[in-house]
Amino acid sequence: MATLNDVSQCVLDGELDEVKALVQQLIDAGIDPITIINDGLIAGMNIVAPLFKSGEMFVPEVMESADTMNEGMKLLKPLITDGDIPSKGKIIIGTVNGDLHDIGKNLLIMMMESRGYTVVDLGVDIKEEAFVAAVKEHKPDIVGMSSLLTTTMMKMDSTIKQLTKEGLRDQIKIIIGGAPITQEFAEDIGADGYSEDASTAVELCDRMMTA
Amino acid sequence: MLTIVGELINTSRAAVKEAVLNKDEAYIRELASKQAKSGATYIDVNCGNMINIEEETMKWLVNIVQDEVDIPLCIDSPDAEVLDVGLSLCKNGRPMINSISDEDERYAAVLPLIKKYNAKVVVLCMDSTGMPNTSEDRMKVVRNLHAKLSKEGIADEDMYFDPLVKPVSSVATAGAEVLNTVKKIKEDFPDVHFMCGLSNISYGLPNRSILNRLFVVQTMTVGMDGYVLDPTNTKMMAGIIASTATLGMDSYCGKYIKAHRKGLLN
Repeated sequence: MATLNDVSQCVLDGELDEVKALVQQLIDAGIDPITIINDGLIAGMNIVAPLFKSGEMFVPEVMESADTMNEGMKLLKPLITDGDIPSKGKIIIGTVNGDLHDIGKNLLIMMMESRGYTVVDLGVDIKEEAFVAAVKEHKPDIVGMSSLLTTTMMKMDSTIKQLTKEGLRDQIKIIIGGAPITQEFAEDIGADGYSEDASTAVELCDRMMTA
Repeated sequence: MLTIVGELINTSRAAVKEAVLNKDEAYIRELASKQAKSGATYIDVNCGNMINIEEETMKWLVNIVQDEVDIPLCIDSPDAEVLDVGLSLCKNGRPMINSISDEDERYAAVLPLIKKYNAKVVVLCMDSTGMPNTSEDRMKVVRNLHAKLSKEGIADEDMYFDPLVKPVSSVATAGAEVLNTVKKIKEDFPDVHFMCGLSNISYGLPNRSILNRLFVVQTMTVGMDGYVLDPTNTKMMAGIIASTATLGMDSYCGKYIKAHRKGLLN
């Protein structure tokens, strides 16, 4: 008989082919789907995040773990209703105009989702107007911007200016990240927060949502 | 003949930013000279993160670097006006611009500078719709850009196509796509050159240096002939020198043997 711990271990090890059978066994045994999600799948991702931060796990492994978690979720999602898992908050996130880097952004999305946030992924190469439109449409708590190039980091500045011009700035918190970004730069352009990697970004959002 | 663009004079590196802020001319001179001595054929100058002072920083850096070394410069900026200022000061032979792409705004801003300064140019294989994933999609962008630039009178030899290297840690086929793209560009346009910043290939993985070194050899094998890298990385340069010899691009293995005598291959 599979245990919740087996499911966590499966996510940690990125055993894509085995997760479905394990989750199905637990469902068949009458375990509450929410419990399987929280104490099985998400518990596994919660082990992954710090191991990635400390350099013991690497990008492809984190992605495999996240894919494993999502495979398990596919079986569980039909069994629950939207209100069963309260969202911690909503974040929209995108890589700025002219920039196509998405690894850090995608890692953050995986970690935010596994921590209970609702994430709207705008994708890469997102123009100022598109951020503005997305804020109007989705009414997020937090807007995250990523830039990996010195050639595109100023787009964060112009996006913030655009959000301010549209009168949306006060309704959201803005966080930014990416290789050339520093705390100093975040302050210069008037962002609310900066973090150097995906795990600390999740902690930053937690602090913002409870503040 | 390989083109090695030394990447160290970039203010997104903390030590360089500090040197700029402290007007530490000696540090910049040292960076320029050691890159030239290590085999760089161009010195890249990038101060794109010096908000509000990029233009004056560009002037300062270009003048110091040219006073120190004789090799040409690669002027690297997101801002066409800063490119213009940097290029206007270049006197060590024909400069290189980093970079143009088929994104409308960028293309329109950089094209006149290529002509004005008779510059060579790094051509990014991307357009307003983003970064193509497959080598076939990249070829569409390459063909468009090549046709447009040729029509403007830019010679094939002055175009350095950058196939845009993505990390294999997130896109497993990223390395293979670059190799395929280079092969296809070579077939269609045998006289153009290439440029790539290859360390992106290893992002997110442990022991990055072995991946970087192997990827240089793999890309050279299919015809890549330009790299933006740290030429003072002796292991990397040793791989390039050895590879040049085994690919038959080093007459009488002269450069290889010379490098051996200098102790550069150990």
